[in-house]
Amino acid sequence: MAKPTPFTTGHYFSLRHLTLFMFLVLSLINYSHAQTAEAVTDTATTAESAQNFEQLLEQIPQGSLADRADTLKKLAALNDSRSIEIIAALQQGKLLANSANKLAIAQEDGSLNEALGKNKIAREQTDDYTKIPVNNSLRNQLSSLLAQLNLNHADEKVRLSAVKRFINDGLDEDSAALLQQQIALEKDSDVIDAIKVAMAIYGLRSDDETLRRESIKNLHGSLEPEARTALNELASDSSNEEIRREAEFALQAIDNKISYYRFGENVFFGLSLGSVLLLSAIGLAITFGVMGVINMAHGEMMMIGAYTTWVIQQLFPNQLAYSLLMAIPAAFLMAGIVGVIIERSVIRFLYGRPLETLLATFGVSLILQQAARSIFSPLNRAVSLPEWMSGSLVINPVLSLTYNRLFILLFGIAVFCLLLAILKKTSLGLKVRAVSQNRTMARAVGVRANWVDALTFGLGSGIAGVAGVALSQLTNVGPNLGQAYIIDSFMVVVFGGVGNLWGTLVGAMGLGIINKFLEPYAGAVLAKVLVLVLLILFIQKKPKGLFPQKGRAAAD
Amino acid sequence: MLTKRLLLNDRGGLIVLGLVALIMLVVPVLNLWVPSDSALHLSTYTVTLLGKFLCYALLALSVDLIWGYCGILSLGQGAFFSLGGYAMGMYLMRQIGNRGQYGNAELPDFMVFLNWEHLPWYWFGFDNFWFAMLMVMLVPGLLAFVFGWLAFRSRVTGVYFSIITQALTYALMLAFFRNEMGFGGNNGLTDFKDILGFSITADGTRIGLFLASGFALIFAYLACRYIVTSRLGRIAISIRDAETRTRFCGYKVESYKLWLFVFSSVLAGIAGALYVPQVGIINPGEFSPLNSIELVVWVATGGRGTLYGAIVGAFSVNYSKTLFTSFSPESWLFVLGALFVLVTLVLPKGLVGLFARNKKTESAHESLEANPTEKKEVTAE
Repeated sequence: MAKPTPFTTGHYFSLRHLTLFMFLVLSLINYSHAQTAEAVTDTATTAESAQNFEQLLEQIPQGSLADRADTLKKLAALNDSRSIEIIAALQQGKLLANSANKLAIAQEDGSLNEALGKNKIAREQTDDYTKIPVNNSLRNQLSSLLAQLNLNHADEKVRLSAVKRFINDGLDEDSAALLQQQIALEKDSDVIDAIKVAMAIYGLRSDDETLRRESIKNLHGSLEPEARTALNELASDSSNEEIRREAEFALQAIDNKISYYRFGENVFFGLSLGSVLLLSAIGLAITFGVMGVINMAHGEMMMIGAYTTWVIQQLFPNQLAYSLLMAIPAAFLMAGIVGVIIERSVIRFLYGRPLETLLATFGVSLILQQAARSIFSPLNRAVSLPEWMSGSLVINPVLSLTYNRLFILLFGIAVFCLLLAILKKTSLGLKVRAVSQNRTMARAVGVRANWVDALTFGLGSGIAGVAGVALSQLTNVGPNLGQAYIIDSFMVVVFGGVGNLWGTLVGAMGLGIINKFLEPYAGAVLAKVLVLVLLILFIQKKPKGLFPQKGRAAAD
Repeated sequence: MLTKRLLLNDRGGLIVLGLVALIMLVVPVLNLWVPSDSALHLSTYTVTLLGKFLCYALLALSVDLIWGYCGILSLGQGAFFSLGGYAMGMYLMRQIGNRGQYGNAELPDFMVFLNWEHLPWYWFGFDNFWFAMLMVMLVPGLLAFVFGWLAFRSRVTGVYFSIITQALTYALMLAFFRNEMGFGGNNGLTDFKDILGFSITADGTRIGLFLASGFALIFAYLACRYIVTSRLGRIAISIRDAETRTRFCGYKVESYKLWLFVFSSVLAGIAGALYVPQVGIINPGEFSPLNSIELVVWVATGGRGTLYGAIVGAFSVNYSKTLFTSFSPESWLFVLGALFVLVTLVLPKGLVGLFARNKKTESAHESLEANPTEKKEVTAE
């Protein structure tokens, strides 16, 4: 899980931009990404100023340091986003110039790129380039110029990240003035909010009491970690009793808000764990719940699905985004076929002897595990995330949801609905229910019970395979992948009520959430132990689970 | 009279016990008195191995008693075994005294390492052998009592019982992996020095432990025989074959099951206690559900519902495990997996069933074979 990024307040839903301004905020080293993405120059740039721009660039290497500062000020005043990269390079001492005053930027690998055209400069010519000297005072000036440029950038994401950077680093007089100016020009509400927060944090340190109070008010409920730290400082050592009280009040509001979002985060984590449990238990709900077969090899069906994903990714290394989609039907088929084979060769001889079935399928699971170990080596294989599944949805600085978990949650629910539809709406589903309710009667009316058994088992196994695809996006793929989930899945099915898919849904989500809410108090391992113990106690109370089957179908 | 009841009607048992007794006679002689350069000399490694097998046989016996005779398939028997083992391990840890790496007479090494200041309360008393032995039986027995009371009272039967016992041992495994539990976490308890004043690595001690395991097995076998031939045993069999009918006949099914379960857990605890000093380590891995389910397969392979079949199964499966893992560790899981499948499919009566095929089988055995009621009941669940 990615930590909530401390740089954001507003609502960002674009992944590409998220990564983009992370880059900008964390370092000014690599501007090339930003630049290629934002290659659009300001509309205000006329042909004349473009010429002016190039002239100014040529002037940079010339003259004394004072001249250089002057030139750069002029350059910044042009407000051309291309200059950001050049100024950043100069600040880091990576800007070079040749005898003809052509600029170049040193790259990480030691080669040189043209400052404007981005073309690589041939090795033979690099000797001609020398570094443009800068000193500390110029470097400081450059920082504020950069900030100014970023604040004027056409893209509001860049502007926002520039403000965030100010919040992180704290303001001084100059930057405060700069922001004060900017707030009047700014149109984007997120950026305005961020500027207000930055100003308010600055205002907390002011000597003017009314300004301090005003600032405290502005920070009321702000989720920026810096705001919290600043208020905390104020609340603990301000000499003014009233200000301290107000600061404490504002802090209280922040803490309330944070705990509210933490609660939301816990629920999400719980649902996410629940969706994994749901995916792994749902196939079991079919084989165990509907057919009454204890399939200890169920976990290995998930393992097969996960390995299928890995193999497909190896086969199409360039199609990362699609290979995952391809893996879903492939995993379903692979696991389903293995399931049918197991049913035909082992389980069908053991119907009505659940304890024996348990042992035999356990043997099958051992064989499959060892087979995976022999074929794919005992080492874990990493399945890479496609781009659309990496990263996270940032809602605010304390709450962000990773996309892979979000997708798996949706995927789990989709699989659940699909399965429900298969059982309720298709003729296979009808036959499955008929055979599970009254085998003899179903046969009497012409259902091929044996065939239905095999297909049902294949369906349950196939869904386990699909669960394996989802799991491969969360953990490494290894021979023991399935083993970790088998006991949990049985618990979910037993908790929810055997033979009841809705029970499985509620059971999985409930267990997931309980687990995640116990974790902060008890730690991950103890939480799991506690959940198991609670479950054991629960089964004592309701041996048939949350939603026991009623009526004739319940038999017993 | 008692001898006749316990042994004379039990030909298979007589043979197996005879073999165990023979091993117990021959092994010490070959190990201690035959010179080590002689071809007949038995290495201490083999003695320990056989001692281990005897403990496994005892454990398998405890499973067969409840599974073969009462139809309770516990997949958590390994938990009782490990708890017994931990109780013994704690005694052995206390015996190290100040000879540990840190030379701390008060605390075991791992506690010093974790900066613990006091011995946790549950470690007190383990300096005494008698107390440790009491705990070896009391802790598994108590757990089985509480767990079984809860489970049987609410009529958790069949597969459900198997799964929650599996969850029990899994939960215990996770718990024992935690350093905070005060049982050595991941590494468990090890580096034992001596037991009752004898060095644990000495040949004589090894033989002593081996013989103790053998005697424990024989006594446990006789005790189990006593139970299954008693009235309690008959009721157990009827519970196995037709639980509801037995209940309707007026028997308190829960109590019978509970006492058998507790007794079997105590046997498992003793097996664990004998096992630990011989292998020299106990760690949370022993709680792993795989171990518990594997030992069920020993019983199934040997032949369930015969008692001696459990001993045969424990020896044969573990012997082949030793063989396979020594020359091709990869293949062992294949073999074990195949064993699970084949035994359930083609050898429902196990190895001893092969020999007993043409003979008049015992009552317990017979009713296992022809028990349509069991099948009916199980399908109903």
